[in-house]
Amino acid sequence: MGLQEIMFYYFAVVIVVTALLAVSRGNPVHAVIFLVPCFFHVAGIFVLLGAEFLAAIQILVPAGALMILYLFVVFLFNLSEIKGKRITHRQSFLAGIVGVLLILLLIVLSVQGIFPGPFVELVESLGADSTSTVGGSLYTRFLFPFELASLVLLVVMFGAMVLARREEKE
Amino acid sequence: MITRSHYLILAAILFVIGVTGVLMRRNVIIILLSIELMLSAVNINLVAFSHYLENPAGQVFVFFVMTVAAAEATLGLAIVVALFRNLETVNVDEINQMKG
Repeated sequence: MGLQEIMFYYFAVVIVVTALLAVSRGNPVHAVIFLVPCFFHVAGIFVLLGAEFLAAIQILVPAGALMILYLFVVFLFNLSEIKGKRITHRQSFLAGIVGVLLILLLIVLSVQGIFPGPFVELVESLGADSTSTVGGSLYTRFLFPFELASLVLLVVMFGAMVLARREEKE
Repeated sequence: MITRSHYLILAAILFVIGVTGVLMRRNVIIILLSIELMLSAVNINLVAFSHYLENPAGQVFVFFVMTVAAAEATLGLAIVVALFRNLETVNVDEINQMKG
């Protein structure tokens, strides 16, 4: 077993275990904390696939900024103190059946997909520096979606401020 | 030898954990976290196929997915804040004011 296999299985096991812990904890603070190593190891998977730029972004944005935002909201309203009698929904038995069927379907589709053959060995398939390749196509071929993404962020900023604003007393 | 199927199965497991989290949990914060898990699974698939097809477009799409994920989390949390101010609850099955 080479280094690539060992790293892949390490990343995969940590991702699955921390994701399971995150969705099964009753305390939302614990769930957010468990998602941080999960997203860090997703970044590791990106490095294995030769996407170093996305790995850095994955650590900065989802594992860093978003988790801080979640923790802020949880702490701001002391949501972790809210103790429900149960943490699962009434429909959880049906949801479990749906989950089992979906995982079987997705694994069958993944193993016998329409893209046959093994993965090519990890070579520098996108050139020696995948960051410059991705940046080049981001600013040429995908320039319009890129500008649209900035518009989306602007609208979301105003939307979040309007939604979360305290109503002024008359 | 790590094949394409390894990455796809990992992404499938992560996606299904997210789906069952959304369907099973009552706390709306955990539901938003499960949506983040599903988006991560999709990102792994996109990067894997970008590597497989030797095309950088997949990585650019991951960039946009992360943008939309950040936007979704921000708006979702703003809605949670407004909801908690008005109803004093974050459990989805207690938010049934529109039920006939």
